[in-house]
Amino acid sequence: MELLRLIFKNLTRHKLRSALTVLGIAVAISAFGLIRTVIGAWYSGIEASAPNRLIARNAVSLGFSLPLSYKESIRSVPGVSEVTYAHWFGGIYIDEKHSQFPQFAVGAGDWFDLFPEFLIPLDQKSAFLRERNAAVVGVKLAERFGWKIGDAIRMRGMIFQGEWDFVIRGIYRGAQKSTDETQFVFHWEYLDERLRETEPWRAGHVGWFVVKIADPSQAGAIAQEIDQRFKNSIAETLTETEKAFVLGFISMSDAILVALRIISMVVIGVILLVLSNTMAMTARERLSEYAVLKTLGFEARHLIGLITGESLLIGLLGGIVGIGATFPAARLFEDAMGEAMGAIFPAFEVAFTTQVACGLMAIGVGLAAAAFPAWRAVHIRIVEGLRRVG
Amino acid sequence: MAFIPFGYSFRNLWIRRVTTLLTAGGIALVIFVFAAVLMLAYGLEKTLVGTGSDENAIVVRRGAESEFMSMIDRPSANIIKSQPEIAPDREGKPLAAAEVVVLINLPKRGSRKPSHVQIRGVSSESLAIRPQIKLKEGRLLKPGLSEAVVGAAVAKRFQGIGLGETIRFGMRDWTVVGLFEAEGSGFESEIWIDSEQLVQAFRRPVFSSVTLRLASPADFDSLKKRLESDPRMTVEVKQEKRYYSDQSEMMATFIRVLGVFVTVIFSVGAMIGAMITMYASVAARTMEIGTLRALGFSRRSILLAFLIESLFLSLLGGGPGLILASFLQTVTVSTTNFATFSELAFRFALSPAIVLESIFFALAMGLLGGFLPATRAARQNIVEAFRAA
Repeated sequence: MELLRLIFKNLTRHKLRSALTVLGIAVAISAFGLIRTVIGAWYSGIEASAPNRLIARNAVSLGFSLPLSYKESIRSVPGVSEVTYAHWFGGIYIDEKHSQFPQFAVGAGDWFDLFPEFLIPLDQKSAFLRERNAAVVGVKLAERFGWKIGDAIRMRGMIFQGEWDFVIRGIYRGAQKSTDETQFVFHWEYLDERLRETEPWRAGHVGWFVVKIADPSQAGAIAQEIDQRFKNSIAETLTETEKAFVLGFISMSDAILVALRIISMVVIGVILLVLSNTMAMTARERLSEYAVLKTLGFEARHLIGLITGESLLIGLLGGIVGIGATFPAARLFEDAMGEAMGAIFPAFEVAFTTQVACGLMAIGVGLAAAAFPAWRAVHIRIVEGLRRVG
Repeated sequence: MAFIPFGYSFRNLWIRRVTTLLTAGGIALVIFVFAAVLMLAYGLEKTLVGTGSDENAIVVRRGAESEFMSMIDRPSANIIKSQPEIAPDREGKPLAAAEVVVLINLPKRGSRKPSHVQIRGVSSESLAIRPQIKLKEGRLLKPGLSEAVVGAAVAKRFQGIGLGETIRFGMRDWTVVGLFEAEGSGFESEIWIDSEQLVQAFRRPVFSSVTLRLASPADFDSLKKRLESDPRMTVEVKQEKRYYSDQSEMMATFIRVLGVFVTVIFSVGAMIGAMITMYASVAARTMEIGTLRALGFSRRSILLAFLIESLFLSLLGGGPGLILASFLQTVTVSTTNFATFSELAFRFALSPAIVLESIFFALAMGLLGGFLPATRAARQNIVEAFRAA
């Protein structure tokens, strides 16, 4: 207890220095928290993927499509309960800057059966199904553009030529936090109808099939069976779980993720240096005091406790302030990145694990920064310490 | 006004070596990351900008951001090739290449994770309009065969595409017969095969783009005007250089915004570190400051001396940080080019502008961190300074 009082007294001796150190650590910790949040947002698609969904796509690459006729063949594979399909549309709304949101031409009839986490009111769903050029949009996307039900939208096709008109008939919400609420889905038939006239060789194709399976533990065997059916055909398939499919997309930005991880390490280094500096300075100034304490009968463990305690306390204070500051920093970052980022990061939340990581890091840095000063204090000879001035 | 000699500021840093080192270390880390982020974005731009040539123009379908999304049918390609602005080759044929661009999945070396590689179906003119392409090993394509030549960057990063190996796609095996370099440009991240073979293998009746050599770069405007207003097709004509630099824009901006945002935040941490050091430096020298004042040095020169000390400190960190970052220039990284969805290899690249920006950033950190402590030093009252000691 006495030790604790000494620690507090020491902490408040150089109020400005302690406050600055806490502030410095807090800022760096919130930078660390922000980076972790960005990395986490990257992986949010994985959380949103369901274990009972497989994605079958063209084995060559995502740039190639599959004939719609595969649908029945896939459905007949044992263990498959439902199949739907989607095609990447890639249209431009207003201009390139505003178009960074996913747009899919989907098998409208059963799309929402396979994605039960997209919550859409029944009346809106049936309105969507009735109209060929109807579209359903995520609530975040609708908010971003101020869309309401009944609004007419015109998009310019980049992959599929021409002007495309849609009417918004439904707005869905996500069942979970991780559900992507920025999608724009419409009838695949609407797309195909026009293709049959303009580019008949591209008609009748879909980008990928979404396959619902009854038993997730059978995913590997079912995926193999599907791929086997189309082996040595003009369009071989590659079937994998939704999670693996999403991971494939994420690994495209591997380099950026690695860079971010390195930066987060550097941030830890900066914090460590700042706190080490403060502790080294403090310990040097107090060497003669430590000698006095030793003369009074304080043992090594007391000195270690005294120094480590102070360092830990500063680290923790910085950690707490830093974690608190991560939330507004994340909001600020979201705003700074603007609308385009809404598409890349459907969910941008400071996760609990991030807060824990920040806290652990603060403690770790607090301990590490105390190591050298404590060692010095313990090893200094009393006479030497007393002789020192300043 | 009498100035306190530089040596005074510099020697002070030397006396408190450990503290100086720790503080400079923090600043070095910040500058390292700051420079690295800018070098990454610049390297990406440099690679893509270097891919295009001022003398070439590329024709893609209107609205297509990249060749990968573009489609040009055969009749349109023939119309484009017959334009008078196109430079002729030695035999008088137009220097224009109709090409097909597709993506295929290949496993990466090491991780064996599949990633997208851009395949370019080329014709005999493709090489003539891109003089930067140089054969490094093997031989060039023979028309009519299932052969491939591979860019140096792809060969390094992907599995099973060495000389003599075969790549399987489109129900065919393609033998790798050559390896080419392209002065570090984006073409090094591509695999080239004969365009007619590619069209057959994928039963794809259309080309992706037509790239042509202009007789004179000044002819670009008239060509653009004529082709874009041609009612038989809906195309867009771009300068090749412009086309590729546009591709780098989004990615480079993303890297810069994210990188600089994070760096600026945690630079505050390092700046506060400098501030702590400088405050301690001022506090330990109360007596000295009093002496200096008594000797007749003005408040302003004391302020200056401490600011210079802080600036020295930041340069001491910034210099090594920048030098460390400059070693990154030997590092090649690859990432997905989101305009084409394919892997693109590029190097960190340092430019004089980045050097200046980094030094300026380091000095700004020193100035901001040192200003308050220096003000405190300058404000000290002579009498009190002596009494305090």
